[in-house]
Amino acid sequence: MSRLPPYALRIASALSLVLLWQGAAWWWQSTLLPGPGTVLELAWRDTLDGSLPQDLWATLRRVAVSFAIAMLAGSLIGILMGRRRTADLLLDPWLMLFLNIPALVLIILSYVWLGLSELAAVLAIALNKIPNVAVTLREGARTLDRDYLEMARSFRLGPRKTFLYVTLPQLLPFFAVAARSGLALIWKVVLVVELLGRNDGIGFELHLFFQLFDVTGILAYSLAFILVMLTIEYGLLQPLERAANRWRR
Amino acid sequence: MACCNPLSVLPTAGAAEVARVAAPVRAVSAGPEPVVDIRIDRKAFPDPGTGGERLILDRVGLALRQSEFVALVGPSGCGKTTLLQIVAGLDTEYAGRIHWPGTRDGHRPSLGYVFQNPRLLPWLSLRDNIALVLPDPKARAAHVDTLLATMGLADVAHLHANRLSVGMQRRGALARAFAVEPRLLLMDEPFVSLDAPTAGQLRRLLLALCESERPTVVFVTHDLREATLLADRVLFFSHPPSQVVGEAEVGLGPEGRRDESQVDSRYRELNVLFRQLYGGDAERASPAGEP
Repeated sequence: MSRLPPYALRIASALSLVLLWQGAAWWWQSTLLPGPGTVLELAWRDTLDGSLPQDLWATLRRVAVSFAIAMLAGSLIGILMGRRRTADLLLDPWLMLFLNIPALVLIILSYVWLGLSELAAVLAIALNKIPNVAVTLREGARTLDRDYLEMARSFRLGPRKTFLYVTLPQLLPFFAVAARSGLALIWKVVLVVELLGRNDGIGFELHLFFQLFDVTGILAYSLAFILVMLTIEYGLLQPLERAANRWRR
Repeated sequence: MACCNPLSVLPTAGAAEVARVAAPVRAVSAGPEPVVDIRIDRKAFPDPGTGGERLILDRVGLALRQSEFVALVGPSGCGKTTLLQIVAGLDTEYAGRIHWPGTRDGHRPSLGYVFQNPRLLPWLSLRDNIALVLPDPKARAAHVDTLLATMGLADVAHLHANRLSVGMQRRGALARAFAVEPRLLLMDEPFVSLDAPTAGQLRRLLLALCESERPTVVFVTHDLREATLLADRVLFFSHPPSQVVGEAEVGLGPEGRRDESQVDSRYRELNVLFRQLYGGDAERASPAGEP
């Protein structure tokens, strides 16, 4: 067993999951548990008529916008808190509060106060993620090497060069962690946001399928969504992280 | 900066006077206007142990002439590094003043700093590390190439700094400091923890560069032999709260430095002064202090 290459084990594991699903579907014989073939058929049909890609695009757009907002705001807050003690003391209670508010509460309040709008949706997602990013980047900013900063000051690199070449490379691993853990959070939150207050996107479709008890639709749309997320994770984020860490021995 | 070389017999002001008289000291104040005039009345660090503060530098004053190589010698923890940081503007919480009579606007001139550890950025190549500290790297590319070749680093300049050996990293740090064409070069025990041949090679390299570039150098060391070889003038620091307790011109010149026996005999003379200053703890204050 241990002689097999790692990817073979992964594929075998994934295949066994599909087989298990197929077996369960045969055994139960119910519309509440369609087999993989049925689900794939629906996914394919909706991809061809454009409805699935359209919903996927709506969701991805929300993910991208709120991700960008959250990374930017969270990083600024986190770096500020890591570098300035006063800011840390002032903002820490806020951070604690926002870290502990359930996602659902933020979403509901956002819709109540800002109306059922795109702005409210994106803001609700971003607000859920900002505290996580801030905590990670605060840790990064706290561990900045004083030696390098002294070097930068004694050679008079100036704020721009110091940030780009001295500070930023030290923060990159923390950005990478914040991005990955934050994205995982956003995937989960975005569907709830769409379910509660939007009329497009994967979350909205799942809501419709749920009302019709259409499990085939639920599985087809969520699997398509998961597939896209995995592609971004493995195809984009992990290579970026590796590139950022290439100089390490 | 843990204190590991305690001097149980503190040199008093009286002892310092004796030392000055005993040593063959030439007139120091004469000559052209100094590059920098340092007067530190008081520098203390908070002491977490007692809640009070620990006085490190107590009325330290020195003036550096153009192109002069000054070595600061003293026990570990006597505030030599702190002094360099104050001169470099990294530490501004002290009582006193630093004057730059040699510069037109009275500001700090171009400054090279060689730290105790090389402090090259590991995510940049050696060449990029050097280019980073230059205002216009493109215009100075040829100069950097020459410098790298002199240092024997031309073949490894494209490597990330953390892939180099410690000796290469120290040479790289030296190259970086010289790349800015410093008027003042601050060096904080740059050759410690190197094997003797490598350290010797780096000292010769430093001397050659100083002869061609003529910067003013402040060189911190606890090795009197090293100070004798490199410096024009040696300043002795006391155990904290530190003062300059002795001062001697080395007076070897470029020729004398190449002559091992001249360096040795001058070192023995200075070592006598050294022993007068630091008493029975001279052995411990300087690892190179042989009889």
